Amino acid sequence: MTQYLLSIYQPDGPAPDPEFLEPIMRDLAALNHEMQAAGAWVFAAGLHPAESATVLRPNGGEILVTDGPFTEGKEHLGGFTVIEAEDLDAALGWARKLAGATTLPVEVRPFQH
Amino acid sequence: MGDRRGDEAATEADIARVFRREYGRAVAVLTRTFGNIDIAEDAVQDAFAAAVQHWPSAGVPPSPAGWIITTARHRAIDRLRREASREDKHAQAALLTAARSGAGPAPAAEEQFLAEQSGVEDVDDDTLRLIFTCCHPALAGSAQVALTLRLLGGLTTAEIARAFLVPEATMAQRLVRAKAKIRDAKVPYRVPQGADLPERLQSVLAVVYLIFNEGYTAGPADGPEREELCTEAIRLGRLLASLMPDEPEAAGLLALMLLIESRRAARFTPDGGLVLLAAQDRGLWHGALAAEGRELVRRCLRRNRPGPYQLQAAINAVHSDAATAGDTDWAQILQLYDQLLAVAPGPVVALNRAVALAELRGPVAGLAAVEGLGLDNYYLFHAVRADFLVRLRRYPEAAEGYRRALALADSAAERRFLEGKLRSPVFGGAADG
Repeated sequence: MTQYLLSIYQPDGPAPDPEFLEPIMRDLAALNHEMQAAGAWVFAAGLHPAESATVLRPNGGEILVTDGPFTEGKEHLGGFTVIEAEDLDAALGWARKLAGATTLPVEVRPFQH
Repeated sequence: MGDRRGDEAATEADIARVFRREYGRAVAVLTRTFGNIDIAEDAVQDAFAAAVQHWPSAGVPPSPAGWIITTARHRAIDRLRREASREDKHAQAALLTAARSGAGPAPAAEEQFLAEQSGVEDVDDDTLRLIFTCCHPALAGSAQVALTLRLLGGLTTAEIARAFLVPEATMAQRLVRAKAKIRDAKVPYRVPQGADLPERLQSVLAVVYLIFNEGYTAGPADGPEREELCTEAIRLGRLLASLMPDEPEAAGLLALMLLIESRRAARFTPDGGLVLLAAQDRGLWHGALAAEGRELVRRCLRRNRPGPYQLQAAINAVHSDAATAGDTDWAQILQLYDQLLAVAPGPVVALNRAVALAELRGPVAGLAAVEGLGLDNYYLFHAVRADFLVRLRRYPEAAEGYRRALALADSAAERRFLEGKLRSPVFGGAADG
């Protein structure tokens, strides 16, 4: 078994309307339950918007602290799920469901073991 | 007797033939044995190096594939044991996989027996697994093509790089990255089943057809490596059609490639100029390839599960049936394009359909059918439209169309062809404009 990080990328800006968000959160909760029941779920979390981020950067012996996020851009990591899967196809199967539930792009990366 | 004098040259040719035929199959079997493509490749290359040493004196063994696979297993296990004793994690994992698959600590005689017992079916299954792994949608398209040519075709990195006109270092890096992703992300070594199969098969067929097209668009001036891509694609097409007899699209792709390839000798003038279908000397068409293609079309269409490759093959079969361009059954071709547009809608198909429509109903109908296709950046769109305009005697617009096509054309042969069009007297020497 390999662990995979499923990263959910979210456009910056104000949060969507509750009536848009509510069915998504419901689908997401159902998917988390499905992953747990299948023994695939390891951990999952949603993140506050990227402007809440702080970046620490080593610089000649000291650590510089700056207001984040680390990467420029209009989309940032909005949340992630860690799963355990037999192989990439199984991981992509879960990621497909996650993209469907969140309506957002999902990146799949294997953990080093 | 003449071709088997037992001298070194003949044996080299023998080995080269065995290499072409068995390299991919051997890599496929060894990949399953060791669960690692790099180990499989190294082992199979070691085994062929051993063949080059032994076969000239000992002769080609009765089962060359069995010899290569058994030798490759031995060499890989020897090497992995050396590396495993140095605490190499990959080597330890590969040995474990090999032990589970039954090839591990078996003594030589027993292993020989196992190799002979692992029937053709197992080798075929492994070959299919390797094809689907190379063409996995999680890999970039360019990597799928490169891996397929490298692992299934046994082409060297340098050969693939030359065929795709990229520096060898770039191609080497592309292959290393793709193999690392297969290993690290655990791309499965498996033939997809059930609902996943149709989509995954599409991606495999697309890779083979892309390899074919790379060779097809190249002219004689582009060098032999690019033309050989067609030969390699047809070899892969034959392999797929035989390994997946229940998939008519696999047979359809093979038929399509055979029918297109049958016209190779007629597609270029001796000095490398492009000759369009209507102007080709049909006596130069390769009769045996065309007949094989037509027979495949008939057989797969009888299954009544038409798909894009079968329909394109059928269109080419209709062309191949016509003794002269004037005998072409355009009504049947138009009908096939209608079907093709239904299963694989797209502007390029619509453009080709417009050509058939114009043959049947005239250039006004053709012109109307190409408007608004959104193919402004496709050279053939402008060339086809310009042909219609010439037939309507709207020469200034036609010349403008050929000039736009010329600016967008990919190959030297296409550019020369369009320059020839522009030198037509009806444009009054517009080629320089």
